[in-house]
Amino acid sequence: MTALLDVRGLVVTFPAPGSGLRRKRVHALSGVDLSLQRGHTHGLVGESGSGKSTLARCVLGLQRPDDGSVVFDGTEIVGLRGSALRDIRRRIQPVFQDPLGSLDPRWTVGRSVRESLDAFGVGSPADRERRVRELLDLVGLSPDHADRHPVQLSGGQRQRVGIAAALASGPDLIVADEPVSALDVSVQAQILNLMARLQRDLGVAFLFVSHDLSVVEHVSSEVSVMYLGKIVETADRADLFADPVHPYTRALLDAVPIPEPDARLVHVPLSGDIPSPIDPPSGCRFHPRCPLRVDSCSREHPVLTPVGTLDSAGHTPHRVACPVVLPARP
Amino acid sequence: MLQINDVRVRIPVAGGRWVEAVDGVTLAVGSGEIVGLVGESGCGKSTLGGAVMGLLPGGAQLSGQVLLDGRDLGGLTAEEYRRVRGNDIALVSQDPSASLDPTFAVGAQVAEAIRNHRDIGRREARERAVELLRAVGIPDPGARYSDPPHRFSGGMKQRVVIAAALANDPSVLIADEPTTALDVTIQAQILHLLRDLTVRTGTGVLMITHDLGVVAQVCDRIAVMYAGQVVEQGTVRDVFADPLHPYTRALLDSQPAAHHRSGDLPVILGQVPDLTDPPAGCRFAARCARVHDRCTTAPPVVETRGGGRVACWLHDALPPVAQEVS
Repeated sequence: MTALLDVRGLVVTFPAPGSGLRRKRVHALSGVDLSLQRGHTHGLVGESGSGKSTLARCVLGLQRPDDGSVVFDGTEIVGLRGSALRDIRRRIQPVFQDPLGSLDPRWTVGRSVRESLDAFGVGSPADRERRVRELLDLVGLSPDHADRHPVQLSGGQRQRVGIAAALASGPDLIVADEPVSALDVSVQAQILNLMARLQRDLGVAFLFVSHDLSVVEHVSSEVSVMYLGKIVETADRADLFADPVHPYTRALLDAVPIPEPDARLVHVPLSGDIPSPIDPPSGCRFHPRCPLRVDSCSREHPVLTPVGTLDSAGHTPHRVACPVVLPARP
Repeated sequence: MLQINDVRVRIPVAGGRWVEAVDGVTLAVGSGEIVGLVGESGCGKSTLGGAVMGLLPGGAQLSGQVLLDGRDLGGLTAEEYRRVRGNDIALVSQDPSASLDPTFAVGAQVAEAIRNHRDIGRREARERAVELLRAVGIPDPGARYSDPPHRFSGGMKQRVVIAAALANDPSVLIADEPTTALDVTIQAQILHLLRDLTVRTGTGVLMITHDLGVVAQVCDRIAVMYAGQVVEQGTVRDVFADPLHPYTRALLDSQPAAHHRSGDLPVILGQVPDLTDPPAGCRFAARCARVHDRCTTAPPVVETRGGGRVACWLHDALPPVAQEVS
């Protein structure tokens, strides 16, 4: 099975804000590989400076990488222009954290959704008007929501509009960057259920970026954990959460405040701050905070390596970028 | 310590109407105790924090009693309240950058917090500030004393804010979403710090948060707010193990962590009521899975296990809460 999305060796740097003539650069992504199967959800987790949003922007064609490739359904999208880029964009659509930021406040909800249909020339004008109602229905809004403005909607309703607009062009992939982070937990549950239903009914794939591990665990089929511009571990959802291998993944999972008073943390899982991506640590980027570090960690760049033996085909192998936790191979 | 008795806050809005933002809240925070005040956007939890701090929006009407170490804060003048704030009662809010002056050295800001309330010399205030910065985990506090806030990460800035808040050994700390803006590994550090400091200093904490995970990890007791009212309170262990109010149960059930083996998450249908015209009776009734005919009348507040309370007709066989004696 070929992947719907195949990212290879992605590198992104940009000038550090306020660095003046000295031209320091932010190392946002430093060689990232990721693949996503049709109809699956790949969860991307990490803390500040991990590069997860930059990776999302590269896939959306909003950020041009310094190096590497992004292949979508067999087509290299890095460097695409004009109509070829437009064709790809209708198949890869964004959903952002704050729908107020992506919806025009002067427009009615109906117009915002229709704009997406117009932009990609979907059907005749009469078709598009009907399609707007269908899309609103699909995301659980009533037809009279079409005449309202974004400020007249609740946060959850606005995110439903954001999803309807993303679905307008009939995408194969939705890149969702923190789509439920601004929502209350009961509303968050509604939006997560909606996304799961859309995936079942329409077969759409999600690249799901979130800082919230509980949400990622709930929605994902595969998960990658990022730290300072690198993926440190990637696996099937169940493997990653049941059997995390990388010391950073373990600490990250331990740090999540779980809603069970009998499972209280007795120690701080990870001390120290996240280093700046402007001047990231040498070797393994996690080594200054790592409880398992050895001398070579500050020199050698770990690469993602399968854990244990490769199992059945079609199964994403569990891979980790840490030679210390991996048994030596013959 | 802190005793909140039947507090109501009305806030004026356009058209001469009032939002009944807080409606009859009774709550206590004991010495060295962390009480989690949870609820979703607009439930009134931050307004209640504002009422305790004497920092309500202009025109707001407050009734009921806020007692701090037995002293009624309700009758204080603005000037008297200013002396109470930062001394007997202190605030840690979500965004540490907004709490710190960007142009001053962090150590000087902690020292100023001390000198605002105590008649001590600069040298002594500086020594105490360095000691506080050390206590909240700032490495090499003597050297970092003179650094401006922008030289600190978000987590380190929040540590400085906590140091300033604790500068005068307050009886109570109001912590309004203190870790919401922080990364999860840093959040764990700050929660651990707060827990550790309350044990060491005896300061009580009212922890305002939307995150039930945070409550489960650090709080001793929990109060759940919905539409301006506390619908349930009790020990964290009791309430998480056996939530009695249908809203508490629904809130716990909608946590993704509880249902990670896929399948749909339970949701709460409908919308929070309009608090300019709140429904008579139970405010949650319109969204409640267990609504019945009695719910059109305000539910009784009854006493549950472990000194807890719940306001729901499903539990009216439990003994009613005795009238507060003040």
